[in-house]
Amino acid sequence: MNNMLILAAKEVRDGYRNRWITVMTTIMAGLAFVLALLGSAPVGTTNISPLAVTVVSLSSLSIFFIPLIALLLSYDSIVGEEERGTLTLLLAHPVTRPAIAIGKFIGQLFILAFAIVIGYGVATLAIVVSSEGIFLEQQWGIFFKLLLSSIMLGAVFLAIGMLLSIWAKERGTAAASAIGIWLLFVVLFDMMLLGVLGASGADLLSDNAVKWIMLGNPTDAYRMFNLTADADTAVLSGMAGLRDDQGVSSTILLTLLLTWIAIPLAASCLLFQRRSV
Amino acid sequence: MRMEKSPALNLNNVSKTYGDICAVQDIDLWLTSGECIALVGHNGAGKSTLIKIMLGLVKPTSGRVRVLNSDPSDNAFNPLRRHIGFLPEQVLFQKTLTGRETLSFYARLKGLPGENLDALLQRVDLLEAADRRVGTYSKGMRQRLGIAQALIGKPKLLVLDEPTSGLDPIARQNIYKIIDEEKSAGATVLISSHVLTELDERIDRVAILNSGRMVAEGSIPYLRQNIGMPVQMTVTANPDSCEKIISCTLTNMPVSRLSADKFILRCPSEEKLALMRQILTSNVEIIDIEVIEPTLEQVYNAYSRSDRAGGANE
Repeated sequence: MNNMLILAAKEVRDGYRNRWITVMTTIMAGLAFVLALLGSAPVGTTNISPLAVTVVSLSSLSIFFIPLIALLLSYDSIVGEEERGTLTLLLAHPVTRPAIAIGKFIGQLFILAFAIVIGYGVATLAIVVSSEGIFLEQQWGIFFKLLLSSIMLGAVFLAIGMLLSIWAKERGTAAASAIGIWLLFVVLFDMMLLGVLGASGADLLSDNAVKWIMLGNPTDAYRMFNLTADADTAVLSGMAGLRDDQGVSSTILLTLLLTWIAIPLAASCLLFQRRSV
Repeated sequence: MRMEKSPALNLNNVSKTYGDICAVQDIDLWLTSGECIALVGHNGAGKSTLIKIMLGLVKPTSGRVRVLNSDPSDNAFNPLRRHIGFLPEQVLFQKTLTGRETLSFYARLKGLPGENLDALLQRVDLLEAADRRVGTYSKGMRQRLGIAQALIGKPKLLVLDEPTSGLDPIARQNIYKIIDEEKSAGATVLISSHVLTELDERIDRVAILNSGRMVAEGSIPYLRQNIGMPVQMTVTANPDSCEKIISCTLTNMPVSRLSADKFILRCPSEEKLALMRQILTSNVEIIDIEVIEPTLEQVYNAYSRSDRAGGANE
C-alpha cells in the first residue's frame, strides 16, 4: 500500500514538473468557460438554471476531451518505463507488479481529477456568480454529479490506457492503439449505432436492445448519467421525452462506469504479471 | 569446525531459452559475501538475461537459482529485494526530477527514509548537482546517479550492469574504489562489462560468457595462465649480445628481431622465470628486459576464439 502511494506521488510530482497539470487545468477551464458563456446566452429570461445549461454543455465537451487526455496520460505508463530502462530497476525493488500498475493509476487519476475539478469549478463559479440567481440556491447537485462522473469517465480511460501500456511492446504501438480506442468509443461506436438505427436494421432491434448496446460504451453511460441527472438537464438535452422503461437508473449507470474501471485495471494487473521484461 | 560461508548467489545448471533461441545455457556460478565477480561477454552473450534471472525478473527454463538463500522468482523473495542494489544498463531517470528526488524515490521504495542522502551523493561526486534536474545532467553524471541509486541502503548484493560505461578514467577509478569499499563492508558485487580492459585488478574473479555459455571462470592471473598465452619479453642489449643470446640459448623459442639491439621473445607463462634466469646468467651484457603479460583483451579474445573453434569441432 505504502509503495503504491510512493509511486502515485512520483507520478503527480512528474505531472506537475512537466506542466501536464497546469496545461490540462488551463485548457479544461478555458474550454469550460467558453462553453459556459456560449451556453448561458440563449437562456435569456427563462427559468432554467444557468448551471443546468452549463452541465449539459460541459458533459458533451467531456465526452470528447476527457477520454483523450486520460489515454494520453496513461498510454506509456509501463511501456515508457521499459523504453527508458527504468522498468527493470523498478521491478528489482520490493514492489509488486500490481502495485506498480495501481500506484501509477492512482497518481494519474489524481492529476486528471485535479484538472477536472479546478478547471470546471472555476468556470462554473464564474457563470454562477455572474448570473442573477442566489448562490446557494443553485442546483449544485447536478454539478457535483458532473464532476464525479467526469472523474469516473477519466478513470475508465486511464485504466484502458494502462492496459494498452502493458500490452504493447513499443511506445508507438501503445500510442496508435490509444488513438484507435478513442476513435472507437467516442466517434465510431455511436455513428455505427446510428447508422444501424437509420437503416432498415432498426426494426430488428428492440428498444431495449438498443439501450443496452449503447451502454456497452462507457462514454454513453456517462452521457446518459449526466443528461438525465435532473429534469432541467433532461429538458435541455431532449432526454425528457424518454418513457420510464427507456431510462436507466443512475445507480446502474455508475455501476457500469465502475465496471469499466475495474475490468481493465484487473486485466492490467494480470497481464503485467505475465509480461516478460 | 569452521562455519561454511553461505553463498550470496548460487546458480546451478541454469538455462533459459526463448522459443528456439538459447539465451543462456548450463551456467554454474557461486558467489560468497565480500566477493566481486565480473561477467564479461559480447553484446548478446547472455549477460543481461543472466542478471535478470538473478533478480528474479526472468524465470529460468531449467536449473536452480538461489539469491540471498531464497529463490528470486518466488513471491516470498520480494521483501529481500531491499538488500539488492541494481544498476540497469542505460537507465534514463525521469528528467523532471532532481538527482536528490530520484534517490529519495528509490530509497522510499526500499522502505528507507528519503532524507539524509548527502553522504551517498558525496560518494559519487554529485552533491553539488543534487538539486538540479536530471535533464541537465551529463551522461557521466547520470551514470553516477544510477550507481548512487544502487548503493542505497547498504545492499548485500550489488548488481551493476556496465557500471563504468560513459565514465572518464577518474570517475571509473572512483567506481572501483566504491566497489572495493562495498566489498569490505561484506557486500557481494557482480558487475558486467563487454570490455575486459575496463575491469580492474580489484575484481576477484571473471566469468567469460560466449553465446550463452560460460567459457571460462577464474581470477585474472588464473585465466592468463590457463589460456597458455605467451608472455612477451623485449630484450635490449648491444648487437653482439643479442646474437649470442638468440643463437646459444634460445633455439626453441620464437624470436622476432625488432632492430639490431632489440628483440622479442615469446614464452609460456610457466617458463618465464627460467628463461629470465637463463638470460641473466648467460654472461652477456643486457641493457633492459621488459616483460609484457598478455593484456586482458588478448586473454578475452583467446577465450572467445577457443570456444568458437571448439564449437566448430563438435
